[in-house]
Amino acid sequence: MSKFLKVGAALMVMATPAFAEGFGLGRTALPEEIAAWDIDIRPDGTGLPEGSGDVWTGEEVFADQCAACHGDFAEGVDNWPKLAGGADTLADEDPLKTVGSYWPYLSTTWDYVNRSMPFGNAQSLEPDDVYAIVAYILYSNDLVDDDFVLSKETFAAFEMPNAGGFFVDDRMETEFTKWVGEPCMENCKDSVEITMRAAVLDVTPEEETTEDTAQQDAAVITEDATEEAAEPTAVQVAAVDPELVKAGEKVFRNCKACHKVGDGAKNGSGPMLNGIIGMTAGSVEGFRYSKPMAAAGENGLVWTQENLQAFLADPRGYMKGTKMSFRGLKKEEDLKAITAYLSTFDGS
Amino acid sequence: MSKPSKGTSRRGFLRGAAAAGAGAVAAGAAKANTPDPLITEVQSWASGLGDGVDATPYGMPIEFEGDVVRRNVEWLTADTISSINFTPIHALDGTITPQGCAFERHHSGAIELRKQDYRLMINGLVDRPLIFSYDDLERFPRENHVYFCECAANTGMEWAGAQLNGAQFTHGMIHNMEYTGVPLRTLLEEAGLDTAGDLSDKWVYVEGADASSNGRSIPMEKALDDCLIAFKANGEALRKEHGYPVRLVVPGWEGNMWVKWIRRIEVMDGPVESREETSKYTDVMEDGTARKWTWAMDAKSVVTSPSPQAPIKHGKGPLVITGLAWSGRGAITRVDVSKDGGKTWETARLAKPGEKMALTRFYLDTDWDGEEMFLQSRAMDETGYVQPTKAQLREVRGLNSIYHNNCIQTWWVRPDGEAENVEVS
Repeated sequence: MSKFLKVGAALMVMATPAFAEGFGLGRTALPEEIAAWDIDIRPDGTGLPEGSGDVWTGEEVFADQCAACHGDFAEGVDNWPKLAGGADTLADEDPLKTVGSYWPYLSTTWDYVNRSMPFGNAQSLEPDDVYAIVAYILYSNDLVDDDFVLSKETFAAFEMPNAGGFFVDDRMETEFTKWVGEPCMENCKDSVEITMRAAVLDVTPEEETTEDTAQQDAAVITEDATEEAAEPTAVQVAAVDPELVKAGEKVFRNCKACHKVGDGAKNGSGPMLNGIIGMTAGSVEGFRYSKPMAAAGENGLVWTQENLQAFLADPRGYMKGTKMSFRGLKKEEDLKAITAYLSTFDGS
Repeated sequence: MSKPSKGTSRRGFLRGAAAAGAGAVAAGAAKANTPDPLITEVQSWASGLGDGVDATPYGMPIEFEGDVVRRNVEWLTADTISSINFTPIHALDGTITPQGCAFERHHSGAIELRKQDYRLMINGLVDRPLIFSYDDLERFPRENHVYFCECAANTGMEWAGAQLNGAQFTHGMIHNMEYTGVPLRTLLEEAGLDTAGDLSDKWVYVEGADASSNGRSIPMEKALDDCLIAFKANGEALRKEHGYPVRLVVPGWEGNMWVKWIRRIEVMDGPVESREETSKYTDVMEDGTARKWTWAMDAKSVVTSPSPQAPIKHGKGPLVITGLAWSGRGAITRVDVSKDGGKTWETARLAKPGEKMALTRFYLDTDWDGEEMFLQSRAMDETGYVQPTKAQLREVRGLNSIYHNNCIQTWWVRPDGEAENVEVS
């Protein structure tokens, strides 16, 4: 390493004599800018903001913000990550790697929840919420009691169970030395037998042939043509601005992680949304709504475009207690676009 | 008119090939019994007119190549927003991967970030914390380099056994592009490293502008060696899905470190131990302990054709066996191919001498006897390292490493030309 750096430094001087002081490009980063982006937390807790959170607060915040994907007890929904469990499974045939069983540093959990979660609404949590969520994740892993309070002060003392479970890459010693040199070219083994076949498992995605693709293209073209032909009547029914629908499809990316639309859409961590415009609130079949949402439906709330826009502008303000952990759409045009887009999916 | 006929579907073709094969096996050139109407009759394309210029201001592959696309394995992940798809390596040749079919891996979706909204911060143990705009980056001296980018999880589904039936799915988390960019070293020098003092124990932490931010810690030695802040690939702007407008290139090291939409570089006195370098991208051994900081991608190769998605369609006779080889520790120096599952090996022809940390194309021009084959390839790099068998890897690492599976792959090619992913003794 040191040898390389010396050589490199010498090269620098030779290659760029005219710019010994640099190129003078860029500008000085302001302290406020650095504070906004430099939010990483080190294993010793360096970087943590003031704050604290207890397990019970954490349970509530977790239910609100995280449980849709990670489950009420951090056990994971469907294929979404399990955050709890798996203690002493790392040497098993099927290890369960969770925050409790695998993650070596608590700082990693704090940092990741704070910077990247909730999924689709990152960097929306206050420090106290993050402390509380992390405290609850520890509790879900049976690593703390229910009276535990995580704070900047209690953080450093906490050691994760698998902190000692990692070692630095040793491939050069354990592998390279074995797998180097002139390889065998002839009579390298006596027999070759098949020991396992992928076709037996049959988990490979089906391949579309060129022919299938071409047929699909043809089908799309036909549809477009039908739409054009039907246009005069369509105008009388509802003038859906195609540009607005297109914009709405983009806005819908904010929702896609939890909500599906279109052919074969199913409920995920949020209800599927075919036919949502004009539907009674809380009435998508098979979805477990929050109590307030179900009650609103029983009291006659219908998702007209206007009502849905009001909800999406500020979900928690509009419906206190909703399971939907989404910060809301701030822009008027996004709200119009998303409801226009959703109006193109009917429920039949 | 121009729609492919029934016969171009893979299975349809094979049926046709088997029938035609009987006539084609005679030594020397085949004979035709009746004149070919494609030759004797005037075809529409030889008589009418084609598209004018500007029919497609930015061209896409012709529709007949519509099946040469990235594919995803749905059951692997909960959602496509945090997921991966695979380069159709079975259908490509040469070494450069077109951007449009180069695999994607997102942790919170591919974002749309305009050049004018782009900012790159360098802070931490530097003399002058700096902010660069996109335009600033284009004013630094820049370089061009071809590098492969391989996800650490490439072939990761194959640890416990042969699972996915196609080179695209077993080895397609890789692409190889010519990058244009500014050496990371230049930007670090611009911010000044005197404050950092002794560089031998310093790190840079890099993160992206997307919601996942995908932060990774990189030792200063690598940061000053060959990392690039890249803004072009294969001559044009990066694609959205590869980090437009600017991504980090970390030659030879696992793809997760090639942070897309890179927005911040912090000089530090130790690693951050972020999610992506602790809970993910660490390799669990048989005893439950885990290797960390396994950055370099070891030498690896795979036969791309014939393979399950690219069966032999022509019967016995001349056959081109081809594939890709690469190493994160330097240039590929040699690739051997076995047709009998590793009993005997022949040295393949490299299309060009291997280049450091870039894909190398190999060919074995052979005469197929129509019998079954167990095709394998074995790469060697300039360090003398020889690509191991799966058994050798398992002996050291067990079955649960997920990452860094660079084992020798076996395709069982049957007399009808179809191929299957298998494991052999």
